[in-house]
Amino acid sequence: MPWDRNQMAARAAQELRDGFYVNLGIGIPTLVANYVPEGITVTLQSENGMLGIGPFPSDDEVDPDLINAGKQTVSELAHSAYFDSAASFAMIRGGHIDLAVLGGMEISQDGDIANWMIPGKMIKGMGGAMDLVAGVKKIIVVMDHCSKAGDPKFIPECTLPLTGRNVIDMIITDLAVFEREDHNSPFRLVELAPGVTAEEVKQKTTAQYV
Amino acid sequence: MIKIKPATLSGKLDLMARHGLSRLVPQHLAAETLLGRPTYRENGTLSSMNKIYPTAQAALDGLLTDGLLIAAGGFGLCGIPERLLDAVRDSGVKDLTFASNNAGIDNEGIGKLLRTRQVAKMISSYVGENKEFERQFLSGELEVEFCPQGTLAERMRAGGAGIPGFYTKTGVGTSVAEGKETKAFDGEEYVLERGILADLALVKAWKADETGNVVFRKTARNFNVPAATCGKVCLVEVEEIVPTGSLDPDCIHLPGVYVQRMIVGVPYDKKIEFRTVSEREAA
Repeated sequence: MPWDRNQMAARAAQELRDGFYVNLGIGIPTLVANYVPEGITVTLQSENGMLGIGPFPSDDEVDPDLINAGKQTVSELAHSAYFDSAASFAMIRGGHIDLAVLGGMEISQDGDIANWMIPGKMIKGMGGAMDLVAGVKKIIVVMDHCSKAGDPKFIPECTLPLTGRNVIDMIITDLAVFEREDHNSPFRLVELAPGVTAEEVKQKTTAQYV
Repeated sequence: MIKIKPATLSGKLDLMARHGLSRLVPQHLAAETLLGRPTYRENGTLSSMNKIYPTAQAALDGLLTDGLLIAAGGFGLCGIPERLLDAVRDSGVKDLTFASNNAGIDNEGIGKLLRTRQVAKMISSYVGENKEFERQFLSGELEVEFCPQGTLAERMRAGGAGIPGFYTKTGVGTSVAEGKETKAFDGEEYVLERGILADLALVKAWKADETGNVVFRKTARNFNVPAATCGKVCLVEVEEIVPTGSLDPDCIHLPGVYVQRMIVGVPYDKKIEFRTVSEREAA
């Protein structure tokens, strides 16, 4: 059985460490916040200018001045801090954020990522994705192993315009987990979803890995 | 401390008529009290430091021409300078370039100026759901320069800090770096990005004192600070102007040196793009 969205998020949450400052992207990455392992504390960063994102507010606590990077209303915590966008990306670009979890359209075997535009379709923009992959210490991509059309997404070289070159450290798909030691090493297959075989993963992956 | 005189009904109506207001709130009365009030230097001589204007239109007087580069604060619809953007639209100036993280949504924020075709170019990181934007972009009427969010914030910050360009890792190896100078530092490649110096900065804040020291509220600070610093002239709209001395000098987010003109923009109808709530169990 491949992992579902929540199980992929829960698997990504296993990479959290006590004291980490973490940026979570929109979609499945946001769900990671629901699976923080017991006994550890992480502080979530929102690139629109907040550290310490709290849960969605109750109906009467909704505040239009308090949103996350997905423009959803959120709440603050006792240790929350606010800052402007230049300061927010100084902490991202400057390597002060420990971990970012993002979605992906294509990942190459050399750790390139494409996740911001599809030629011929309306371009919405890269938002903070290029800054995050360039600056955060560790980058995890959570994505389906294959596209809706069944094409592999972990491939030799990205065909879509890049978000970042040689920046990805770990890939969590619905079938498997790939990881690499550093940006000069190849990805290793380190884990399979329950009931998924290494052979099935091989069949559905065109990227080289060990 | 400034005392606000209890306004008579005719006084209130007069104030509303003069400033084109449909509703009056205490902050208007406070601003009215401060408006045109002579500001004195420490030695008692009269100062020309009066930054408070009655309306957005008055604050923009003499500053607007076609083709301006305007830096605007805000993230999505959070912390956008609504009154100032409305006044720019009403002025009819065109061929504007906006450096702004987003382009509003249909008929909100900069979206209003897109509808009236006053915008020639956007410098933005994310343009989201905006039908009119999409139509103009796809038809080639509107030029868009996509800029990574952190690079955009830093371009504004750098421009305002006298730094014409800076090197960043963001965008290296992507289309963002095409045609730009790159340089290796300690074995890593960086791309040269230019600072932004805008003709005008339009900013939304929470409170200001009479000298233009400004504080923001929660995540509505966002691009407002970098945008404010990169404008040759910076206009700030606030929810309240408080007497000088009532803001803690240790807690000023934007010092008054950056602020040339300000207005009270209330009442605000702050829009929420995605209202997300959680059920809380009763205690």
